[in-house]
Amino acid sequence: MNAHLQERRIILKHADDPSYSNLIGCYLREGGYETLKKAFAMKPEEVGEEVLKSGVRGRGGAGFPAGMKWKFLDRKSGKPIYLICNADESEPGTFKDRQIMYKDPHQLIEGMMIAAYAIGAKQAFIYIRAEFHEGARILNRAIQEAKDNGYCGDNILGSSYSCDLVVHRGAGAYICGEETGLIESLEGKRPNPRIKPPYFPAVLGLYQCPTIVNNVETLCNVRHIIEMGGEEFAKIGKPNNTGTRIWCVSGQVMKPGYYEFECGALTLGEMIFGVCGGLRPGRSLKAVIPGGSSSKILRADERFSGKLKDGTEFDWGLEDIPLDFDGPASVGSMSGSGGIIVMDDTVDIVEAMANINAFYAHESCGQCTPCREGSLWMRKITQRMCSGGAREEDADLLLSVANQIEGRTICAFGEAAAWPTQSFVTKFRDDFIKKASETVEEKNSRKLQLI
Amino acid sequence: MISPSKEDLVTITLNGVEVEVPNGINAVEAAALHGKEVPHYCYHPKLSVAGNCRMCLVEMGTPMRDRSTGEAILEDDGSPKIGWVPKPVIGCATNVSAGMHLRTESDLVTECREGIMEFLLVNHPLDCPICDQAGECRLQEFATDYGRGFSRYIERKNVKPKRTRLGPRVTLDDERCILCSRCIRFSQEVAKDDVLGFVDRGSFSTLTCFPGKELSNNYSLNTVDICPVGALTSTDFRFKMRVWFLKETKSICTESSTGCNTIISSREGVIQRITPRRNDLVNDTWMTDSGREIYKLVKAENRILRPSVGGKDLPLSEGISSAVRILKDRKVGVVASCKSTIEEQFLTKLVIDATNAQVYIRGHFGEDDGILLSADRTPNLRGALINGLTDSYPEDHLNGLNEALASGELESLFVIDEDLLVSGVDQENLKDVDIVFLGTHSHATSNMARVVLPSFTVFEKEGSFINKSFIVQAFEQAIPGPVGLSSQVEILSQIINHLRVDSDPLDAKLDGVWKSMGEVLPDLMGDCDFRSLVKAPFQIDGSKWSHLDFVEKNALNFESVKGVQV
Amino acid sequence: MSNPLNLSENTLSKIDEVVPKYPEKRSAALMVIHLVQDELGAVNDFACEWIANRLDLQPINIKELVTFYPMLREKPWGRKHVRVCRTLPCALRGSYATCKSFEKKLGVKEGHVREDGEYSLEFMECLADCGQGPVVIVDEKTYENVDGDRAEKFADLLLDGKLDESDEFQSYEDALLKKTEE
Repeated sequence: MNAHLQERRIILKHADDPSYSNLIGCYLREGGYETLKKAFAMKPEEVGEEVLKSGVRGRGGAGFPAGMKWKFLDRKSGKPIYLICNADESEPGTFKDRQIMYKDPHQLIEGMMIAAYAIGAKQAFIYIRAEFHEGARILNRAIQEAKDNGYCGDNILGSSYSCDLVVHRGAGAYICGEETGLIESLEGKRPNPRIKPPYFPAVLGLYQCPTIVNNVETLCNVRHIIEMGGEEFAKIGKPNNTGTRIWCVSGQVMKPGYYEFECGALTLGEMIFGVCGGLRPGRSLKAVIPGGSSSKILRADERFSGKLKDGTEFDWGLEDIPLDFDGPASVGSMSGSGGIIVMDDTVDIVEAMANINAFYAHESCGQCTPCREGSLWMRKITQRMCSGGAREEDADLLLSVANQIEGRTICAFGEAAAWPTQSFVTKFRDDFIKKASETVEEKNSRKLQLI
Repeated sequence: MISPSKEDLVTITLNGVEVEVPNGINAVEAAALHGKEVPHYCYHPKLSVAGNCRMCLVEMGTPMRDRSTGEAILEDDGSPKIGWVPKPVIGCATNVSAGMHLRTESDLVTECREGIMEFLLVNHPLDCPICDQAGECRLQEFATDYGRGFSRYIERKNVKPKRTRLGPRVTLDDERCILCSRCIRFSQEVAKDDVLGFVDRGSFSTLTCFPGKELSNNYSLNTVDICPVGALTSTDFRFKMRVWFLKETKSICTESSTGCNTIISSREGVIQRITPRRNDLVNDTWMTDSGREIYKLVKAENRILRPSVGGKDLPLSEGISSAVRILKDRKVGVVASCKSTIEEQFLTKLVIDATNAQVYIRGHFGEDDGILLSADRTPNLRGALINGLTDSYPEDHLNGLNEALASGELESLFVIDEDLLVSGVDQENLKDVDIVFLGTHSHATSNMARVVLPSFTVFEKEGSFINKSFIVQAFEQAIPGPVGLSSQVEILSQIINHLRVDSDPLDAKLDGVWKSMGEVLPDLMGDCDFRSLVKAPFQIDGSKWSHLDFVEKNALNFESVKGVQV
Repeated sequence: MSNPLNLSENTLSKIDEVVPKYPEKRSAALMVIHLVQDELGAVNDFACEWIANRLDLQPINIKELVTFYPMLREKPWGRKHVRVCRTLPCALRGSYATCKSFEKKLGVKEGHVREDGEYSLEFMECLADCGQGPVVIVDEKTYENVDGDRAEKFADLLLDGKLDESDEFQSYEDALLKKTEE
């Protein structure tokens, strides 16, 4: 393998080290909580400055600069401030936060306590998805260890600053990954996302108090930013795409898994055909979903051309797309939560669409009209199409329904549900049209069932 | 309604036209002020903003400014360049500020409305022909404006519970529910009875009550009023009448001193239902369930339908003559009523003056629910104060009358409405007095009366009341009264005319009564006449009575500072 | 507080411990529901009322949650509950076939509990371990790459009660636990 296809592990440095467990001893052995001490020697606002300088972008999906998010915090309200770690990892195709929490929980706790100190949080929460039973236990044990050692809880490092950290378990709802839905859930209500305006978490978050919600990987990055300094961190990766990213590759490649690289260190092609060992013998690439199931699908034979933000022109095939934030975005999709789903030529694209639509229809909270009715309608259409009832006009109908959802919902779930349909139907229009004339034999000859 | 002062107004650009609107109101209200309807379902002016129906999506923009210089960026033609928000925004959660641009009429806005309408209808049963909401259904109305006219939906519709009994007065059809959450928010925020909720999720979300619980509070029917579709219907009104046949009359609820503004819906002289009418100073858009039942008094079994003297039915004119004989030149006691209208009380006072009568008046009190049912269960106690029927705060008995009767001070009694026998008067003491009873329904006292003069219920007449906040509110006649009967105002006027043969006869029309009132009470009523009162209620200064111990508690739109609204 | 649900002392004390962790009682709702469900297997209307009472809420506030979240139950699953991930990444690696073979082997349709209450099967949405799909969770343990023939073998071991001892199918959790113990 080419040297530049070697991972650069910062967040996952110890995750798969056979001699490293998730107990505090291992963490301390590797210099754990030293950065917390460094942070506590700084003023909280200085910590925030370093994070801003680092340019680190949120790893949860939207890619919003974390330092900027912290800047929006309403510090004048006089109300308590809360920090929440979004550990609801549930975007299909994403499994990076799991590795951190199960294998190196103290890294997250240290990152959180630094962040809590920086924003002046009164209390911090980790909202973890309920399927991570053991993950919650590991975190609780790790928090207790951290408390016993003065890294968390009352009078952290002997200072006057205290911040309790509570692990809160969800119960299997994707919508809790949306930060205002998560807040509602944490308040003990149905996780219906809130309207924004006025309920921006940084101003009116948990209990209507200023609240910062950050992803697990983002908070771990905070620890490394403070350790190396914001400017130094910004040198990793590329401008506007700083740090490393943990890419989660799933689907039909030889070696799926999680791989941590500097942002922009490799292309999508290098990831699939180099790092992940390519496709199964005899298979060819059909499509890739680059950033979790809600990101727009990319066709293997597509050409992408245009101008990057810095003005440079590009003309890429799918394999040339750089793996960072801006690369997938500049070809009309997104890097999202880093979940790369690879599909080879055994995949029936309409069935794949039906699979995704079933997910979003199941996960729609049902609060607002377009998402509630539109996501289920799209599911019913694709389900019917895969059960012998396809019509040629269904392609246009699907597209129209998706267009009626996008941009009109309370939260970004509307886009998450609409983007797959919009991109699948637009890019694989023939597959959708052909479905209407598919014979039973053709249908039965397919080995891989997706719906 | 209180109009905002000039300083609170801002200029916004609505569909390209500069208009003034109060600062900070939402775009739905702002547009409405200038005749532009923004369709909506979940938004309700008196509930928290949920923003879930997405029907009120509009375009919003602000003039662009250069980030470095702060100067306005201009278009080629010199007009300010508007930075439009790329996505449509919901009008209900968009508060206007100076310079804001709104488009409620554009291709994008129309497209949004059409999209939402289609979504709302895909799982809707489309059963308008058998739906009670037809005619006042927002879904039906906006489907006419923004519906496609045909369905693109060929899948199976979701199945949900139908004809569920949600409580004693409310029936739920979940298939028609569009999940706007108005009823849930109402129950939590206004009725303070958190019994409704959504179970399941997504498109399968279903409105329900917790098993074993009911939507049975005294405000449950407001959920029917605010349900924008046919999901929540009134069990009482269900299938009784198509709403387009109904005549609507503005009225005031007589249940308590709150004076909820109401609409009486009737057809061919028969009342079908009572619903609340918006008044932001009084009842917002709500009323009690119990207040909606009052119309049943019209056809109550004990309704008095014939004037009588000595138990014999006679024409009204003969009843009035007999009454005058009993009241003239004798020792008279008058039992006035807090249930009478201002006008009736004014005339009652004239009877008292003409007969030199002793006056007695009682209050009717109950539990105050802190919302709209006040402890004073009469609509016009303050009218009695203003008309000088009493100086002290009425107590809920007539013990004083009983004593007067016991000591033989009285020969005749003119009783308006009250049942003396449930007011602390001993039957024994009534043996030797002649009673003239003026009222609508029979009871022990009316049965003992020498002369019975039946009159109209609140629905059959017009008049006005003064509510607990000293707001004077008028109501109109909804239905005709029973044949052969007259209003209290008419009857009292005739009695007075007989008693005061030397004076000019009274004008029994309310305009005339108000003219006289203006002369007698120039400070309080001088500036108003009845017809303008019908158009707009007015506030009078109640500070003169602030020393009285009014029984009302703090409630919706009411702060109990000795009864004076501050 | 009385104990009409007959919850164990352990559960009751855990509930007492978790409630004050939150600035507002209502926040503890999910955690209390989890604790009750862990012991009773489900949260029925009666349990909703008890939880609501414990948190000064209305029972509908709890039922709204129990019916919203897929992992909360009004009726219990079987004694062994098997979850198979249905979502695209796992489906691309054969999870539909895995689910089918479990249905056959365990004798229960997905979404149901076997008549004897022994097994229940759930074909559920993404379990966040997509790199090693098809992912299967038995009770609280996660098993990876349970596809094709391996799925049949897996089901057999499960039925024989020998899954825990199996070298071939070590759960994600047990692998980590082993590391901690070393």
